[in-house]
Amino acid sequence: MLAALASRLAQALLVMLAVTAIAFVMFRYVGDPVAMMSREDASPAEKAELRKTLGLDRPVLVQYGEFVGRVATGDLGVSFRNQRPVADLLGERLPATLELVIVATILSLSIGVPIGVLCALNPEGKAARLVQTVSLIGISMPTFVTGIALILVFAVILRWLPSFGRGDVVLVGGWTTGFLTKSGWASLVLPSITLALYQLTLIMRLVRAEMIDVLSSDYIRFARARGLPARYINFHLALRNALMPVVTVTGLQIGSLIAFAIVTETVFQWPGMGLLFIQAVSFADVPVMAAYLLFVGFLFVVINMAVDLIYTIIDPRLRTRRA
Amino acid sequence: MKRSVLAAVAALSLLAAAPANAQTLKWAAPGDAVSFDPNAQLDSFTQNIQSMVYDTLVRRNRQLQIEPSLATSWEIVAPDRWRFKLRQGVKFHDGQPFTADDVVATVMRTIDPGSRNKGNLATVKTAEKVDDQTVDFVLTGPYPLLLNDLTGIFVMSKPWMIQHDSIKPGNTSTGVTTFASTHANGTGPFKLESYEPDARTVMSANEGWWDKPEHNIKRLEFRPIKSDATRVAALLSGEIDMIAAVPLQDIPRVSSTAGVKVVEDPSLRLIFLGFNWKPELQGQPGVKNPLLDVKVRQALWQSLDMDTLQKRIMRGKSRNIATMVAPPVPGYSAEADKPIGYDPAAAKKLLADAGYPNGFKTGLACPNDRYIADEQLCLAIASMWTRVGVQVDLKTESKATYFPRQDRGETDIWMLGWATLPPMDGFSVLSAIFASRKDGFGGANANGMSIPAMDELAKKAAVELDEPKRRAMLAESFKIARDQALFIPLHLQPLAWAMKTNVDMPQFADEYVRPWFAKVN
Repeated sequence: MLAALASRLAQALLVMLAVTAIAFVMFRYVGDPVAMMSREDASPAEKAELRKTLGLDRPVLVQYGEFVGRVATGDLGVSFRNQRPVADLLGERLPATLELVIVATILSLSIGVPIGVLCALNPEGKAARLVQTVSLIGISMPTFVTGIALILVFAVILRWLPSFGRGDVVLVGGWTTGFLTKSGWASLVLPSITLALYQLTLIMRLVRAEMIDVLSSDYIRFARARGLPARYINFHLALRNALMPVVTVTGLQIGSLIAFAIVTETVFQWPGMGLLFIQAVSFADVPVMAAYLLFVGFLFVVINMAVDLIYTIIDPRLRTRRA
Repeated sequence: MKRSVLAAVAALSLLAAAPANAQTLKWAAPGDAVSFDPNAQLDSFTQNIQSMVYDTLVRRNRQLQIEPSLATSWEIVAPDRWRFKLRQGVKFHDGQPFTADDVVATVMRTIDPGSRNKGNLATVKTAEKVDDQTVDFVLTGPYPLLLNDLTGIFVMSKPWMIQHDSIKPGNTSTGVTTFASTHANGTGPFKLESYEPDARTVMSANEGWWDKPEHNIKRLEFRPIKSDATRVAALLSGEIDMIAAVPLQDIPRVSSTAGVKVVEDPSLRLIFLGFNWKPELQGQPGVKNPLLDVKVRQALWQSLDMDTLQKRIMRGKSRNIATMVAPPVPGYSAEADKPIGYDPAAAKKLLADAGYPNGFKTGLACPNDRYIADEQLCLAIASMWTRVGVQVDLKTESKATYFPRQDRGETDIWMLGWATLPPMDGFSVLSAIFASRKDGFGGANANGMSIPAMDELAKKAAVELDEPKRRAMLAESFKIARDQALFIPLHLQPLAWAMKTNVDMPQFADEYVRPWFAKVN
């Protein structure tokens, strides 16, 4: 187990090195921070001096080496745009993104799994067909359209929910949470639905397909022949086996939700990491972009490891095999 | 961050206790304050937000003219020495009195090598305290625009900076950030209560402000909302009282909504086209550059139907212009702003005279996310030129890559917007755009344009302390630019804000939000 973990960590390191190396090569094409940081009528000498103080006049390889060296000592650098430590900026934004993603994931699992099971148990029923059709819309609708439509209906016309922001947040041990205030919860509704919609339909369709598959397998037929209660067969025997790919997909989806909540965060002005990244891109804020990509790479590696661990909990066979 | 969040929570709980009143103004804009450190950035919107907390020695009044603020009077005691008398009885938000030491510390912090905006005070060598209420500015030489520069220099408190280890500005290259980047202590009309980047910035009225308030705001809540659609929705849903920058396409819908009004004005930002001045075309190496011929440039100008551009692309909201500076700015003259007239036949004749009876091929480069309708404008311009026989290779790209390319002079015909800010003076155009790129001039003249008369005017105007003479020099430079068709000025960008009908917020051509002039009824 420990050896597996160590090799995973080594892989993680390689992935992150590769991600940042590619990122550094690409930074040269996303824009010039000096142009963004200079005065409108700055003289060429002023710009050259700024380029030098930022160390942007050196070869990319040297800049990259320095970046890796700094990161190894735990220093993510200072943002060009805000002149604040990148670690602080990411730390400020992490709670907003994580809370949004957690709620969206819970939402999509708690709705997606039961509906998927129901559709699988009665695949020819009217309800199942309706759900299938509606889910196609959910899976193909762009996030910003969903977001704007929800804002229009629930914020502008009905005025039930706020159209943007996080509401009032409370600081709990260095973590800003919106879970403790009424306006915090109200603000979560629209963005989390927007973010969850795609994942929800994905999970639902996956559960349905897997369940139909499992329900037609031999051991379910034998279980039925033994006269076991339908409830036990459907939820204990069948669902448990159908959930394996769902765990994988959910895990990877959490990763991409965090990494790509950018659109939802922009539409709802959700002060999370996606919004930070978008601003960094438009300002060519290299330290923030690099740190963010590093973080996302790290995140995917961690999630993959967590998924592997969860497998062993759901599937007892894996435990014995590994041990 | 921890402190600011705590402060936010405290402020919110206070608000909950206070009765709901109409004197809270919630407003939104697409950007956010990048930092509260006056010397850590050059972003004009950030400076706008900071100007609510910090005062300057001199400031802009309702007519955008310079008037005394923390300095009550000034005189030029020697060509390179200005003496400022400071206002007495002014207190910072933390209760400390305002003195000459604060001004000196502010100047030294601004011209520090690590300061991001040291260029805004480039001619100041040092500041010297004469007595508690008097400060001398020592300049590198005669310089007419010191007051203009000082409208953007925010006065900080020396004891406060020392107490919080912020006497020097933050420095990106050495990785130093200061307390002042997330906190503020000025003498201005509003006090900073909390600052949560991308979420909200809360200010309260400074009851001890030295000036008589013309506003009736108790609490000012700023909410950045990047997405245009969401920002408009937040206003229409009543969550926000005012939004700065309404997207052009939403103006009709917003103004037809009950309880909401739209305020529109032309801004200072002037959109224009510039040319390549090198012997060969950038897009076609080896091909002689036709743009060097004044007839060709005039033909390109005359073949643009400005009225159609204004009506169709800008939805009738922009103000067309024929000179390189906006009306409120020194250097402007109505005479130089007479429309040149749309005349494709004359344009064709000019092209034929210049030796291009069948036109020629050239590139046009534009940003697609910087100015209002920039991409559509360039598409329309390209098609108008095609009609007189000029083939256009149009290239539009994001501002992040467009401006570096433009600045390297790799474009043939290019688009730029210029607002003459922060000095708000025609000299900004003369020195950065008209003069050639040498001796600190020509910062935005990237394509090798070199007009000796312009260089001469820039050098003279830079040190001319006699205002009428200086303005005559500026006017002459704008006349040369027009006669030689050095540039094609297009229009002044429209500025549109929307607010609830009970909010009275005056609009300014420099796009600054000045809530100290606002009334909430």
